[in-house]
Amino acid sequence: MMRRDEKAVFALRELFEKYGYTRYKMSRFEEYDLYVANKDFLISDEVITFTDRSGRLLAMKPDVTLSIIKNAPDVSGEVQKVYYNENVYRVSGGTHSFCEIMQTGLECIGDLNDYEISEVVLLAAQSLWKISKDFILDISHMGLISSVLENCTLSKKDKDKVVKCLQSKNAHELASLCKALELDEQKTNKLNSLVVCAGAPKKVYKALLQVLTEENEISALNELFSICELLESWGYEGKINVDLSVGNDLKYYSGVVFKGYIEGIPASILSGGQYDKLLKKMGRKSKAIGFAVYTDLLSRQDTADAFPVIDNVILRCDDTDTHALIKFIKSLPEEEKLLVTASLPEGKRWKRLYRAENGVVKLIEENS
Amino acid sequence: MKKTVNIALPKGRLGEKVYNMFKAAGYECPSIEEANRKLIFENEEKCIRYFWVKPSDVSIYVERGAADIGVAGKDIILEYRPDVYELLDLNIGKCRMAVAAKKDFSDSKASTLRVATKFPYIAQCFYDKKCRDIDIINLNGSIELAPILNLSDVIVDIVETGSTLRENDLEVIEDVVPISARLIVNKVSYKFKNDEIDAIVSEMAKQVENK
Repeated sequence: MMRRDEKAVFALRELFEKYGYTRYKMSRFEEYDLYVANKDFLISDEVITFTDRSGRLLAMKPDVTLSIIKNAPDVSGEVQKVYYNENVYRVSGGTHSFCEIMQTGLECIGDLNDYEISEVVLLAAQSLWKISKDFILDISHMGLISSVLENCTLSKKDKDKVVKCLQSKNAHELASLCKALELDEQKTNKLNSLVVCAGAPKKVYKALLQVLTEENEISALNELFSICELLESWGYEGKINVDLSVGNDLKYYSGVVFKGYIEGIPASILSGGQYDKLLKKMGRKSKAIGFAVYTDLLSRQDTADAFPVIDNVILRCDDTDTHALIKFIKSLPEEEKLLVTASLPEGKRWKRLYRAENGVVKLIEENS
Repeated sequence: MKKTVNIALPKGRLGEKVYNMFKAAGYECPSIEEANRKLIFENEEKCIRYFWVKPSDVSIYVERGAADIGVAGKDIILEYRPDVYELLDLNIGKCRMAVAAKKDFSDSKASTLRVATKFPYIAQCFYDKKCRDIDIINLNGSIELAPILNLSDVIVDIVETGSTLRENDLEVIEDVVPISARLIVNKVSYKFKNDEIDAIVSEMAKQVENK
């Protein structure tokens, strides 16, 4: 029987292929230079490195997106749609040691317009739906956040502090920060609204319209709201939240950013966004948007299937006649599960227990 | 249907104060006030469940979703940097993180500064900003002993009244950051139990204002 994470990988692959995304299989290693130049883009900046036989410094891939961008052509009018299902190597938060994480995701790179951006966000919502009907997709817009921060004329250091408050919805520290920076009431209100306004798109849209004043802020808000409307009209009403705490990196992300959650898993299972600024930094003209699904988080929910019932357990002895045993196995119904073992297996359950002795297989225990 | 909200309270005096705030906010749980050895206390009618955990573990319970809400000191949040929402400053358990040393100490800056602390990350960040080279000595308790026995030059620790420092001939030489108890929330719980958590948070916010 397939595990939950395996089922998810198959379902996502089917979904991505339906929308014309093609599989991108990449090598396990990448030149370390690629990550040094874009260290902040990585979730954890620790990378496993080694020197290959020709003396080049290589890394075990900590991320898939950078490798895909590096190889995507910059052709005007062209859009590349790829998906992947790869292992990446990162430091885990709890143990501070390296671990292998299975990641499935997609990237859409090239001369993108509104359609592609909307398609990718829609695919993110559909991916969550395929994994669990009980999902929530939080959406934010980095353009909106960076415009507000720009218009408040904050230094880079202060911007980082505001973003930190934003990420942890920390309105009390933001208030003291605004006070310390002597921001006027309008700017303080604006920043505070970014932290406290969250929830159903229509409600947030109305609330933010009251405080946003500049044209670039409002146009980013409209862009965000139009995508939310689209998702809701697709049938995901009540599952889409505008939440500006999602965005984290002003340096790489430019437009819409999002995170997906499913009930029962205490961390976000999907994360993505539009990262035109990363491409610009790499000297490219294209736009790009993508997301990753952390399917490994699903395997932790599989406790019910951890000890499946085996239909037939056969104890073999030193004098078991292999030919007779194989003949007996052939006589068992094909769909039934089987385990031939020298001793009673620990922690396993079975329906029937046999002993194979002197060329005879005898039933010695039967459980309903 | 209303969902049950799990709350991790820090064991000790601060935790009792925090529980009293929850109680005053309308989220009482009579069984928690009885003398018993139970670990989990539930008020089914209010859809709330409390448990006591070691103060430094609160952020772990909340980050990993075992608790939906927790109350942790800002020191714990700064040190462990859990990926959670920090929704309220409860304005209780107020103290400060500070650098202290023996009364006659002055930092010549000529050699690496030996810093004894329970908070290595906070200490490192503080001295990184000053470009000061330090050697962290990670201790788990009785930090004040370190400079007296010349195990370290200074300590970075929580100072409440300063009486332990004074009694041991130590004094605060610099403040690092003010500390108070914060209400933290698991990010995913906040999505799926939003109404329940928001109701608790707004009642608690009123308690903070009334103080």
